[in-house]
Amino acid sequence: MIWNEAKECMSRDEMEHLQSTRLVKQVNYVYHNVEYYRKKMQAAGLEPGDIRGIEDITKLPFTTKDDLRNTYPCGLFAVPRSEVVRIHASSGTTGKATVVGYTRRDIEIWSECVSRVLAMAGVGKNDTVQVSYGYGLFTGGLGAHYGVENVGATVVPLSTGNTKKQLTMMKDLGVTSIMCTPSYLMYLTESIEEQGILDELQLKSAVCGAEPWTEEMRNQIESRLHIKAHDIYGLSEIMGPGVAGDCVYHKGLHINEDHFLPEIISADTLTPIGDGEIGELVFTTLTKEALPLIRYRTKDLTSISHGKCDCGRTTARLSRFVGRSDDMLIIRGVNVFPSQVEAALLEMGEVSPNYLMIVDRVNNLDTLEVLVEVDEKFFSDEIKELENLTKKITHVLQQALLIAPKVKLVEPKTLERSEGKAKRVIDKRKL
Amino acid sequence: MILKQLSVFVENKEGRMKDITQVLKDSNINIQTASLADTTEYGMLRLIVSDPDLAKAKLREAGFPVSITDVLAVKANDSIGFLHDLLCKLEGNISSIEYMYTLPTEDGPVVILKVANPEEIEKVLEEV
Repeated sequence: MIWNEAKECMSRDEMEHLQSTRLVKQVNYVYHNVEYYRKKMQAAGLEPGDIRGIEDITKLPFTTKDDLRNTYPCGLFAVPRSEVVRIHASSGTTGKATVVGYTRRDIEIWSECVSRVLAMAGVGKNDTVQVSYGYGLFTGGLGAHYGVENVGATVVPLSTGNTKKQLTMMKDLGVTSIMCTPSYLMYLTESIEEQGILDELQLKSAVCGAEPWTEEMRNQIESRLHIKAHDIYGLSEIMGPGVAGDCVYHKGLHINEDHFLPEIISADTLTPIGDGEIGELVFTTLTKEALPLIRYRTKDLTSISHGKCDCGRTTARLSRFVGRSDDMLIIRGVNVFPSQVEAALLEMGEVSPNYLMIVDRVNNLDTLEVLVEVDEKFFSDEIKELENLTKKITHVLQQALLIAPKVKLVEPKTLERSEGKAKRVIDKRKL
Repeated sequence: MILKQLSVFVENKEGRMKDITQVLKDSNINIQTASLADTTEYGMLRLIVSDPDLAKAKLREAGFPVSITDVLAVKANDSIGFLHDLLCKLEGNISSIEYMYTLPTEDGPVVILKVANPEEIEKVLEEV
């Protein structure tokens, strides 16, 4: 099911032409409506006329989270407050919250983008969709909500928390699809299994996002719940969930690139790199009215590919995310991503993928402790079995990370569960 | 006799044991004996209780990883050489005793043994 064939199946030439037209317009728009950008462009010796198409994108300066912080709360808005119909704010997990705004048209386009991703997951007007993202300043809840309504499906706005109610509604209303963070869905999966109610559910699909997850986690969710799980990507600065999503073929996330122009740059040289090479994802909004951003550095690490997908869509695709450049830990000089731990644990299959990494520095040496929840299914009452399990986890993680962690087993459900986003790392090092 | 023993994984955190006893007390379950195996990171609390199935359900509800294990209970008498004689009888029939503790009863103490094959051992002891 393709929501907007005219836009999602364009030829590369048509897409580039559309992007160029929109980019020229957007650059003109920010120059004349956002003082901060005008000054930034002037400082770089640029005038709007210098940008004639997407091939000129590299002439433009980058925008970073710092630019949003420097202009907190609304300094980068391009419209007067009377045109802004909604505010969201980022979760502020990596510092002070950043405020974003939307005009009525921005909300319409956002709903359109989420609708496209829902269609990729096969969600249509006959579906009942439970939205278990947080509602509020976080873009997840309301972003998903408006998308579901736009598709014409029935939305059940449960927000996060109250697992018991989540499952009762899911069962009683015959919910066919759920939108939430992947770690929250794992948590719900455990609860569904505990209560033994899987047979009473009509769940067919899940559209998960707002935090990076691995292929192994998707496989687990799919096989344990007997559903199809899809990835939805987005960030509040650019719009929210719906910037990209994956179709039934799971060969990368289709970017809604008629609205968001993607680039992949080398994190070292900040110059564009080719298809298939991993670098930092950068977006330029092409149609945003309230908060247009030029070359916004997402810090997300991925690669991009072009070429028609088996589903018929021609939009550029993002590979599964490697992580965020600010999630990357350097432990004893080795680059470590939390996603590697998750993948290794899931592959082992004997523990739950709930973990917490604690990094510390003792006597000038980095230490990594990984807390892993014991899974009741594999729980033994013999200490030697638990010790063997600890050794096995240590070995598997050492193979994956190339450094030896200290593994500690903890009681199930003691690690913080994400209702918004999972906390996976505590870095105690004082550098 | 084979008894159902409750095994509970406990993190080394202040108050965690008390959380367990609270659950059992509130569920009106009597602890007949308890044995705590400790490591640096966590403990394994092994319990013989009045209603093991109910205790398991209640502790699970409270979030503890808990399992029920069959253990062998052998009536002991308070005399020199009892344990030695028992071990001699078991020799050749078991590979190892994983752990051992005692359960006081009205008829005197009972030795609880965790072995891989409790039913077989029970038969062996009956035959002797």
